[in-house]
Amino acid sequence: MSHATTLRCRKCGREYPLKPLNLCDFCLSPLEVNYDYKAMAAAVSRDKLAAGPPGMYRYRELLPIESDPVDIGTGFTPLTKADNLGRELGLDNLYVKNDGLNPTFSFKDRVVSVAATKAVEFGFNAIACASTGNLAASVAAHAARANLKAYVFVPADVEAGKLVGAAVYNPVLLTVDGSYDDVNRLCRQLTDKFKWGFININLRPYYAEGSKTLGYEVAEQLGWRAPDCIVAPAASGLLFTRIWKGLEELAMLGLIDSVDTHMFVTQAAGSSPIVNAFNAGSMHVNPVIPETIVKSIAIGNPADGYYALRVARQTGGGGCSVTDEEALAGVRLLAQTEGIFAEAAGGVVIGSLKKLAAAGSIKRDQLTVAFITGAGPRTQEILTDIVRPLAVKPTVASVEELLNVSA
Amino acid sequence: MAKRQVMFTFPPEKIKDPLIFHLGVKFNLLPNIRQADISEAKGWVMLELEGEEKDIEAGIAWLESKGIRVDPVTGDIIEG
Ligand SMILES: Cc1ncc(COP(=O)(O)O)c(C=O)c1O
Ligand SMILES: [Zn+2]
Repeated sequence: MSHATTLRCRKCGREYPLKPLNLCDFCLSPLEVNYDYKAMAAAVSRDKLAAGPPGMYRYRELLPIESDPVDIGTGFTPLTKADNLGRELGLDNLYVKNDGLNPTFSFKDRVVSVAATKAVEFGFNAIACASTGNLAASVAAHAARANLKAYVFVPADVEAGKLVGAAVYNPVLLTVDGSYDDVNRLCRQLTDKFKWGFININLRPYYAEGSKTLGYEVAEQLGWRAPDCIVAPAASGLLFTRIWKGLEELAMLGLIDSVDTHMFVTQAAGSSPIVNAFNAGSMHVNPVIPETIVKSIAIGNPADGYYALRVARQTGGGGCSVTDEEALAGVRLLAQTEGIFAEAAGGVVIGSLKKLAAAGSIKRDQLTVAFITGAGPRTQEILTDIVRPLAVKPTVASVEELLNVSA
Repeated sequence: MAKRQVMFTFPPEKIKDPLIFHLGVKFNLLPNIRQADISEAKGWVMLELEGEEKDIEAGIAWLESKGIRVDPVTGDIIEG
């Protein structure tokens, strides 16, 4: 038995049973899993957690699952001290959490794993999503592992090449002849109609909880402490809120000291409704129409934008957006200083980190963790112009001459 | 009968127009407001629309033609 007790409305506090539900009937706000923290505290300790398997399910007691997880080997990704990058940015205590090293190359495996496990528990025989990238691949992979059917919806104008990372797991791929809004609407209608676990609709409260493990891991990897600053990307804003929730829970459970982490939310300037609201001093996130090459975090109407904004505000953190060029420069900088190839969302994080450090929002001695949530190869087409080989003849002399070196 | 949960975002110059009232009457929809924040500078309303599916569609299209942005309250679910 898990320690989850109910689903609770994030706004009005109304409680609901642990069912496939994502919205409060009353105020239409998102629902969140609520736990019996007393019982949880009695069940966990640093030693017990540290003795667990080297993956996200070492934190199983802190997750809302009742059965054996649908696990493709996710989690416990490296946290690296990034001294070269730190030197470049003027930060002495910088770490990179490289979550692109998950089985389908993004942190989405954490969230989808929990959602797929719940789908099995709820008796669904299919899981579904609308995505062209990270989410699609992860949903298809988990469905394969769990012997579930996977339905992946994509807008019809997507190039086939983008779908390889999902298609290899053999989901049912459906291209929808319609606008972005049509796809959104269709998926909601399908969720009402069929007995499907729609991964980020009716399973969303469970899906969300998977991201907490990123917060847990970083704290454990730092020797059971919370960082001073966290820089992470936001699309719907869910990941950002759950990294924070993860840290708060560890403190509540007595596993780390109280948390005084400043949370910095980052987005691509062409799709930055949350950062815009932060900068405007507003508490309402106005939707935008995304226009950026950073597709993995291009969400114009973020479901958890308000809550992400609140976390950034309440923690004395901030918001930062970067242009597409700055994001690409961020990808190259991380690769060329630390040997880590991130996807464009990681470039947004590194580009923002650079700005935040330069502005003094993050100070030199603060223990800072930058979250890389997806790996570079999935979106390598955005970087093609960096391949500029030098042509030589197959002779030593030719190499010597071109490189201006000699033995 | 169908239900649709949506958020309307009004540009400042439209805040004073009784558009939700007209939406209800013109398209035979029942708008049930759950959250809202309206000031001089901005306005948004979260509500549930109840009516025939085709009327909900037509009503939303009409509202959009008036310059109101209409979004699902669950946010965008298509991920890159
Ligand atoms: C690589 C990557 N980073 C970050 C995110 C942000 O996730 P969230 O919707 O939880 O904000 C996503 C997915 O949308 C993603 O694919
Ligand atoms: Zn509520």
